[in-house]
Amino acid sequence: MSFWNDPLKVAADWLEGVFAGWGMDAILAHVLVAFLGVFLLITILMVLDIFLVWIERKVVARFQDRLGPNRLGPFGLIQPFADIIKLIIKEDTTPGGADKVVYNLAPILSMMSVLILWAVVPIAPVMLGTDLNVGVLFLIAAGAIGTLSIIMAGWSSNNKFAMIGGFRQVAVMVSFEVPMLAMLMIPVIFAGSMNMNAIIDAQNVWYFFLSPLGALIFLIAAIAELGRAPFDLAEGESELVSGFNIEYSGMKFGMFYAGELLHAFTFGGFWAILFFGGYRFFGLEQVSPFLAILILVIKAMLGYWVIMWVRYTMMRIRIDQMLGFNWKFLTPLAFTLLLVTALVNALLAGASTWLYVVGMFLANVVTGWIALEIARSATRKERAQVEGPKTVEAHH
Amino acid sequence: MTAQQIIFLIVALYTLGSALMVVTTRNLVHAALWLVSTLFGVAVAYALLNANFIAVVQVVVYIGAIAILFIFAVMLTRKDMRDAGPQMNSNWWAGALVAVLVFGGLTSLLSGWSGFQNTAAALPSGFDAISLLGESLTSPEAFVLPFEVASVLLLAALVGAVYVAFNKK
Amino acid sequence: MVPLSWYLIFAAALFSIGLFGVLVRRNAVAILLGVELMLNAVNINLVAFWRYSEAFAMAGQVFAVIVFAVAAAEVSVGLALVISVYRRRNTVVADELDMLKW
Repeated sequence: MSFWNDPLKVAADWLEGVFAGWGMDAILAHVLVAFLGVFLLITILMVLDIFLVWIERKVVARFQDRLGPNRLGPFGLIQPFADIIKLIIKEDTTPGGADKVVYNLAPILSMMSVLILWAVVPIAPVMLGTDLNVGVLFLIAAGAIGTLSIIMAGWSSNNKFAMIGGFRQVAVMVSFEVPMLAMLMIPVIFAGSMNMNAIIDAQNVWYFFLSPLGALIFLIAAIAELGRAPFDLAEGESELVSGFNIEYSGMKFGMFYAGELLHAFTFGGFWAILFFGGYRFFGLEQVSPFLAILILVIKAMLGYWVIMWVRYTMMRIRIDQMLGFNWKFLTPLAFTLLLVTALVNALLAGASTWLYVVGMFLANVVTGWIALEIARSATRKERAQVEGPKTVEAHH
Repeated sequence: MTAQQIIFLIVALYTLGSALMVVTTRNLVHAALWLVSTLFGVAVAYALLNANFIAVVQVVVYIGAIAILFIFAVMLTRKDMRDAGPQMNSNWWAGALVAVLVFGGLTSLLSGWSGFQNTAAALPSGFDAISLLGESLTSPEAFVLPFEVASVLLLAALVGAVYVAFNKK
Repeated sequence: MVPLSWYLIFAAALFSIGLFGVLVRRNAVAILLGVELMLNAVNINLVAFWRYSEAFAMAGQVFAVIVFAVAAAEVSVGLALVISVYRRRNTVVADELDMLKW
């Protein structure tokens, strides 16, 4: 067990030895080392967050056929630091009549709900915050705390626009949790466990190939959970004057903004872990945990890029269209897909890998096609009602 | 005092303190937020009892759904942004007396039970609570019937709640 | 080791606080908050009994899951009723809701 094989354990043991040498009690040393580990993880995540701001601005610029920040530092790399300094020196207002405790607690809870997600993300085969055997459900639980922070922000700002924005955002988040939960169960069915590490270990074939429709629905639900376009009605500056964010300025707004970017990156990471094999890449991850971390970061960046791509390509959807889409199309489709997956999994349980992969893939495609046909016929009926019967022109 | 006992005491005091704030604070939105804090304390208590599936489901169902419902309901049923008037009945001392008597009665009843001072046996290694729970909920020899009845109950509640709260314009 | 009595006393205290909330509060939503506390106390009892007896008898955890479902159903119907009553009578104070439909 050298440093290159298992860096965290070696460092933790060495630190505990140092603390014991200072005369500290063994349990206390252990707890202190655990706290230091959490501190290190949060520091790395926040530094990553800064660069996510840069990535976001450069990528949106390229999608919009322009250059993006390129004045401060090489390729504009110092730009996020300038943004942070600006946010820190801005005046930290609290609106009069606002509920001070709740108002100040909301951005903290929002950031916290993103950071605790990283406790269950396996970044290398031996590096894991905590090996929770309900890791997949923990994802939804952290989302629940994020939802709470948004409604706290919306209500405590003492501002009707903020409240409406907060209500809408929470309604969208709570609604889209249902198909997301159903889609989270699909890798669980394949892997037979809710443990994140077990799901990665069981992905000899990436689950994206086993269940592309599941990955797609999970992506849609995740984008809605994040509150990003095309589901950002509550936050769009041209809609509700940026919704629950209105009364927040300075670093509190910075926490919401940076928290949202980190949340998007985290969901890119979860998409990679659940459907694209996580840190696995044809055995490369066994070589060194640092290589595993690199693979996971690359995959998470690709997932994040897809989320950004969707954001900067699609237009915003209205709130009633969003909720109608979820409850009338996505949720029934998600549960049907879950049933079909469980059925095919039970039928093909003993079959060879290739048969299983092809069978599951075809089941997904068939389910998706049937769902699209039903949606199409419903749209045709609706359009006929709105436009009136089409007149057939006589051909000369 | 072992570390486990200290942690349990901290969690229990935090939860009971939050619960007291739920039932005594004037501002109802604050009461709902204190309820969130209480529910979180209860989730930590479940984790201390090695029931981690129940702990996570507590956060998802109670905090993520029921507490949000409460906050929505509080916000939709207030006439203005401030709470006026007394928050408690005129007979609140009688309620307090009943609560204290119930607590005393429960504790004395339970302390007469022989297993009151049991300590927890260590869980067998490789004990997978989730798969056992799944088997209990779906196996005909175990609890599949209450599980299905609970699903029907949820469906009835869903339909009923939508119908009752529907705003017929 | 934490003896079972501590968990049972904790659950009994939480139950009594919830009971106090139900008996004493005027606002209907606040009464439902008290009911939630009581349901949580019962759940703690169930899970504690599961842990402190034979671990393979999952009845405690199963019962706790069913209580989750029942609590969610009860809260949603209860709050729907409260909101519906508020729309008609413009009040949620329990004392003022004392007449049936006339």
